[in-house]
Amino acid sequence: MADIKDKYEAVIGLEVHAQLLTKSKLFSGDSISFGAEPNTQISAITLAHPGTLPRLNKKAVELAVKLGLSCNCKINEYNAFARKHYLYPDLPKGYQVTQHMHPICTGGFVPVRLHGEEKSIPIHHIHMEEDAGKSIHDLDEDYSYLDYNRAGTPLVEIVTEPAMHSAEEAYQFLTELRRLVRWIEVCDGNMEEGSLRCDANVSIRLKGETQLGTKVEVKNLNSIRNVKRAIEYEIERLIELKETDQPIIQQTRSFEASSETTFAIREKEEAKDYRYLTEPDIPPFFIEEEYVNGIKKALPLTPLETEKILQAEYALTSYDAAQIAADKPTADYFFSVTSFTQNYKAIVNWINGPLKKWGNEELISVEKIISPVSLAELIDLVAADKVNFSLASSKIFPELVKDRNKTALEVAEELNLLQTNNTNELDEWTDLVINKMPDKVQEYKKGKKGLLGLFVGEVKKISKGKADPAAVTTLLQKKLES
Amino acid sequence: MNGHTTCVEAVHYFLQQIEQDKHLNAWVETFADEALSLALTLDNSFKTSGKLNGSLHGVVVGIKDVISYKGHHLSAASKILKGYKSIYSATVVERLLAEGAIIIGRQNCDEFAMGSSNENSAYGPVLNPVDNKKVPGGSSGGSAAAVKADQCMISLGSDTGGSVRQPADFCGVTGFKPSYGRISRYGLIAYASSFDQIGIIGNNTEDIATLYSVISGPDEYDNTLIPKKDILHEVKKPLKIGYFRQAIEHPSLDREIKQSFLDFIDELKKQGYLVECLDFELFNYVVPCYYVLTTAEAASNLSRFDGIRYGSSDKKNITDLSSLYAINRSKGFGQEVKRRIMMGNFVLSAGYYDAYYTKAQRVRQLLKKKTIEFFDNVECIISPTVPSPAFDLNEKLRDPIEIFLADLYTVYPNLTGLPAISLPFFTHSNTLPFGLQLMCSPANDVNLLLFADELMNLQTNRKN
Repeated sequence: MADIKDKYEAVIGLEVHAQLLTKSKLFSGDSISFGAEPNTQISAITLAHPGTLPRLNKKAVELAVKLGLSCNCKINEYNAFARKHYLYPDLPKGYQVTQHMHPICTGGFVPVRLHGEEKSIPIHHIHMEEDAGKSIHDLDEDYSYLDYNRAGTPLVEIVTEPAMHSAEEAYQFLTELRRLVRWIEVCDGNMEEGSLRCDANVSIRLKGETQLGTKVEVKNLNSIRNVKRAIEYEIERLIELKETDQPIIQQTRSFEASSETTFAIREKEEAKDYRYLTEPDIPPFFIEEEYVNGIKKALPLTPLETEKILQAEYALTSYDAAQIAADKPTADYFFSVTSFTQNYKAIVNWINGPLKKWGNEELISVEKIISPVSLAELIDLVAADKVNFSLASSKIFPELVKDRNKTALEVAEELNLLQTNNTNELDEWTDLVINKMPDKVQEYKKGKKGLLGLFVGEVKKISKGKADPAAVTTLLQKKLES
Repeated sequence: MNGHTTCVEAVHYFLQQIEQDKHLNAWVETFADEALSLALTLDNSFKTSGKLNGSLHGVVVGIKDVISYKGHHLSAASKILKGYKSIYSATVVERLLAEGAIIIGRQNCDEFAMGSSNENSAYGPVLNPVDNKKVPGGSSGGSAAAVKADQCMISLGSDTGGSVRQPADFCGVTGFKPSYGRISRYGLIAYASSFDQIGIIGNNTEDIATLYSVISGPDEYDNTLIPKKDILHEVKKPLKIGYFRQAIEHPSLDREIKQSFLDFIDELKKQGYLVECLDFELFNYVVPCYYVLTTAEAASNLSRFDGIRYGSSDKKNITDLSSLYAINRSKGFGQEVKRRIMMGNFVLSAGYYDAYYTKAQRVRQLLKKKTIEFFDNVECIISPTVPSPAFDLNEKLRDPIEIFLADLYTVYPNLTGLPAISLPFFTHSNTLPFGLQLMCSPANDVNLLLFADELMNLQTNRKN
């Protein structure tokens, strides 16, 4: 099968719906907060009562421009909405209002890392549209339930070119896109709650061919990993069909997570006629250059740009840079700490170690645990060999979290944790250990040099960590070799 | 109102008028108790403070059954909205109430404002008060008949292609459709959104202007309103007035109406006005273009009526989703509404889209361009309002095409967004009234109302 697969090239395009982080709906003042009781965020406008009209939410336009700029798109001056008609009970007006012909952004690309190299995934366009409500069919045998809270929620649809060639590539693109939308705060990126949704268009062709093969569209992909699995499955399935001379039919398929397979839900012949109509209730609007420039100026660096800076200017490894730039608050926190200490690697270790652990246990985000200056002081204390890392993280750090007014040094002194190079004390502790373990001393002398660590450890224990391990090692060696 | 009548007396008077001419069927429902109690409040407030409660203190208004009034039934004269009560008030209703107006009831009309005779109503036809064998026009037939029969001081109708002006013409009253975007449509049941305007039917232009100044202007709930201020623009005297050659030469124009119109033009010239005959080559495209675009928008706007969230639903016979739509919509909508939904879906469907919808949109653009040229040359344009006077009830029910022609002169302002008014100028030898339509350039509503007043005075003096 591996050789057969090599004959083919997969072509993948994604359609990603992202729910915009506005307070209210695209065309009404209703709230869009997640998890509200069913049908509590529904005004006359959302329910499409007779005589209601849409009011365009300007914040949604702003967020769409922000996303477009971050994806290197052209922001189109002329914008218009259209009505896309289909009848379904969770669609209150009987049509969805969407930017059918005049999307807010066209072109652009998102750079992603693929097998250690950077590749740009081209974007076809990004348009704004409203979401439908939710139909719930499994609560009752005879009735379906409708929740209109989601109806009218502002979405952007990001449509890529059919330019990806593996499930891994699609996976990396989505991962990067999710990080980006969170980074610039246009979408919370939560696929489980449906604020980020993805449909995949997959086709195959013989390598070297330029024409696209017949595509299938896979829906119902509620995690990035499932997107990858579904595409992998589809590629295999399409190759299998081709190899066995079976026809590939243009259809819409749904992914079933439990079996990791897809099944057909609609054929092309059943494709709907949406009878698009220019939305007469929202006049075309123009996005001016000045407005776009204002948004551009306030945009942060993208996560990938941040990673590059972390590597070039802070000498982080690509792995560390990716960890720090996993989300914007962490990266911002890192940069804040760098104003107080130049010990960059140590900042990374602290963030990835004690801070993340604390954050996970206490359900608090990393940047909110201790102030940048406190962390810098603690890092510098360890760097100056005044306390060891283990005591700093297990004893001093929790104290600093509890009492934000204390400095790291004050806590170390209070808890009597400052390391000592005092020879008298070291002499006393090492003698104590040597006398306590005559057998081990004999073994060491016979050549089992590995036992040195054990003695150092014992001294650490007795000194409650105050003994400087380097000094202890030298002293022990001297005493044991004599 | 002069100081001699109380609001309560006024409301009683109109309720009595409504009761007396009940057979006209102009009203779907009166809000008698509520109107009387509001009238009493207004009277008491006036007694204690000596002040009027706003610029419309005690003005008794009727509203067409397509305008939302919170807590009140609203049906668009359709079975599909049987039992439905508005959960909010239209912007115009809020503005009326805020200025002390009294809404006395909702008025009969063609279903979803589709029709020119008021015969397409779930509540039955409205009769013309001038001659009960005749239709009152439509779709705001109830609103025009009510004003003519002295059943309210003034009415709010809606006008998508003549629905205020044409019944005003048939009933012999004044009907004003403002420029597109002058009056908020929030709360008006949509027929064709890019054509619809709330219009006013009254006894004279002065009453209409007063009401208009209250209900027009910006509203955050309607994104299609004109930002440009509604002010009087200075005009060169003598006034230059245009009329369309193609309108006057149209074969469906009644001979007597034509003659009266031409006589009036002579009079205008005598009075020193400059009158110019304009060539309007696109005239014959106006009605087809109107019907392609309005039915397309209507099909879209009426998609929401499915009986799920509100309105009537035949729960007994529904078995699955497609039967829900089929049963509720087949039973709920009347014939003319169904005809227009089908036409609209046809012109929007794949394969026909470009031939009809796209082409009609292009014609509309051309019309708008041409209109700018017309108004570079003249200050206003006149025409008959309707090519023939009111016809008999049931006379044209079977011929929708002929009924469409009743809109020959009135759809043009809706296609291009112009303000237009029908003035009760003439009387036919068959005793029926008919009107003169006056149009101005878009957003020139104040000028239009002033010209209207000027021409009305001229015509009155001429008759005397």
